[in-house]
Amino acid sequence: MAGEPLLKVQGVETYYGNICALSGVDVDVHKGEIVSLIGANGAGKSTLMMTICGSPQARTGQVIFDGEDITKLPTHLIARKRIAQSPEGRRIFPRMTVLENLQMGANLDNLKFFKEDVEKVFAMFPRLKERQSQRGGTLSGGEQQMLSIGRALMARPKLLLLDEPSLGLAPLIVRGIFEAIKKLNKEEGLTVFLVEQNAFAALKLSDRAYVMVNGKVTMSGSGKELLANPEVRAAYLEGGRH
Amino acid sequence: MANGYQNVQEDVMAKAVKEGAIAGIIAFLMFLVFVGIETYQDINNQLVWRTRWGLLAVFVIVAAVGRFLTVGFIKPHLDKRKLAKAKTGILEVSEEKSFFHKHFLKIALVFLLCYPFLAMMIFGRQGSLKYVDNFGIQILIYVMLAWGLNIVVGLAGLLDLGYVAFYAVGAYSYALLSAHFGFSFWLLLPMAGILAALWGIILGFPVLRLRGDYLAIVTLAFGEIIRLVLINWTDVTRGTFGISGIAKATFFGIWSFDTGTANNFAKVWGLPASSVYYKMFLFYIILALCMLTAYVTIRLRRMPIGRAWEALREDEIACRSLGINTVATKLTAFATGAMFGGFAGSFFAARQGFVSPESFVFLESAVILAIVVLGGMGSLTGIAIAAVVMVGGTELLREMEFLKHVFGPDFTPELYRMLLFGLAMIIVMLFKPRGFVGTREPTAFLRTRKAVSGSFTKEGHG
Repeated sequence: MAGEPLLKVQGVETYYGNICALSGVDVDVHKGEIVSLIGANGAGKSTLMMTICGSPQARTGQVIFDGEDITKLPTHLIARKRIAQSPEGRRIFPRMTVLENLQMGANLDNLKFFKEDVEKVFAMFPRLKERQSQRGGTLSGGEQQMLSIGRALMARPKLLLLDEPSLGLAPLIVRGIFEAIKKLNKEEGLTVFLVEQNAFAALKLSDRAYVMVNGKVTMSGSGKELLANPEVRAAYLEGGRH
Repeated sequence: MANGYQNVQEDVMAKAVKEGAIAGIIAFLMFLVFVGIETYQDINNQLVWRTRWGLLAVFVIVAAVGRFLTVGFIKPHLDKRKLAKAKTGILEVSEEKSFFHKHFLKIALVFLLCYPFLAMMIFGRQGSLKYVDNFGIQILIYVMLAWGLNIVVGLAGLLDLGYVAFYAVGAYSYALLSAHFGFSFWLLLPMAGILAALWGIILGFPVLRLRGDYLAIVTLAFGEIIRLVLINWTDVTRGTFGISGIAKATFFGIWSFDTGTANNFAKVWGLPASSVYYKMFLFYIILALCMLTAYVTIRLRRMPIGRAWEALREDEIACRSLGINTVATKLTAFATGAMFGGFAGSFFAARQGFVSPESFVFLESAVILAIVVLGGMGSLTGIAIAAVVMVGGTELLREMEFLKHVFGPDFTPELYRMLLFGLAMIIVMLFKPRGFVGTREPTAFLRTRKAVSGSFTKEGHG
């Protein structure tokens, strides 16, 4: 892991009004890695994700992407730097068809690669191909998650942010989605930053991981190390292997 | 078996009689004071009352018989049809469409193009005035306004209760600029559109952060502010007196429709003098403006900005995280919608020859919005149908002289136009909760296009 990381979060503090949600977070994501962030409810995982995307913006600290400071950029400009996000709760467009949803994810100014990229997404998630002219809102939860990830991939991202892709899904579907992520990483060298409650699956998948407690990163290491760590086991893994 | 069927029918009849009687009693109690008793001032300026049992009886009988027929005949009939449909197992989506269905838009357009001539052939030169002006032009103005508002409300999902403000801006721009500078209609039409669009952006800026109810209240206030300015800025707008004597539109300066000018249309062509030519000319102008609105809307929906509008309606946060500039998207929606309002306004001024703040009250905004909602938000065809039904229905009420024989000579049917609106609203929302045309035409295809049925989506969404 030599050289500058692709994404560097440095001493970031984020507030909701007067409430401090992140207090001095440092996270590095290198090119070609899968990095995951685990932690309990309310630890600030999603807030970190949203801070990287610029809504809310960090009050202090820096977010550096590809050597460029993006801390104070508006969200849509950050997205145009090819940071694609599959946000918490999927947030697909329910009244638009699957294909239109994918189109929204594609770089709006340049639809040159549209067909090619759609075929790629359909190859990864054949279910979406079957349902391409169906409305997003009529898909099942798993399909919506696939659509959300697919939509993010349409932007040909340098960095893919995934916020709880396993939320509310059956274990079998979760496994399918995680396999797809792994495949993307292996074959295309896609860099992935993943926020997960499902710590076991996330740690198994990731090259490195961070543990977050009360708005601070308390532990970091390779996925295997953290899986073996007794503290992590006690806090996040015992009482429920998924 | 036959016996059982008879029993069921008797049951239905008994139920119908019972429910009819109950409806009658409820109607009697409800209208006893409001309809049965009327107060009026006598010669001595004293408030006295008299009874109107006859009218009350009409109300009660209508309610009772209506309920009886609904429960006894209409509902069983509908149920039977539904059952039969369910048995055949054919989804409505896959139904073969008739020729009329498939070519509805083409037929409608051809009809509209022939409409003024048809009216002239059937009703004669002077007789057709009413049909071209009151029905044709009036309805098309509302179609255009509703299509313009549809961009803001139907596509971008920004609830705008003050749309009439842009209509007013367009009308007054035309009236004032034509009076002071003598510009022609064809120059002022785009100028009015641009000015209205500018006002759309001015309104857009402060409300960028608002959505839903909050946005509705602010836009409502904006509409009222424009109207109050028009009333009170008497130096420029002449207040409630309005501006009269606005120049007529000309046929690109070649022919004029003012009587007495050398290049008067009727004179040049050797036709008998009549105002119907001007009305027909205006009819084609507004038809062309409507087509322009429809064309622009359809084109924009397939372009990135139109897709961004629709996505914005669905989920603003997702839009931003996909790299869409929501500020610019909202402002263009406001500006584009306002621009068409401005076009319609300048046309309105040219047609009436007179503008006053009275034409731009909140009720107009409400009517336009009602047309958009009834038509099915986002659907151009549905909105056009809604405009025909609502505006045409209002105009028809004026024609219904025979109602005077039923309700007495004091009865003025056009006062009941809001009743018609309310009734239409209730009926449409009961049977077609997503509006006349509840389906949304997708804009992205890989191979073939496929209609998405409204029955696949939840009611009340979007």
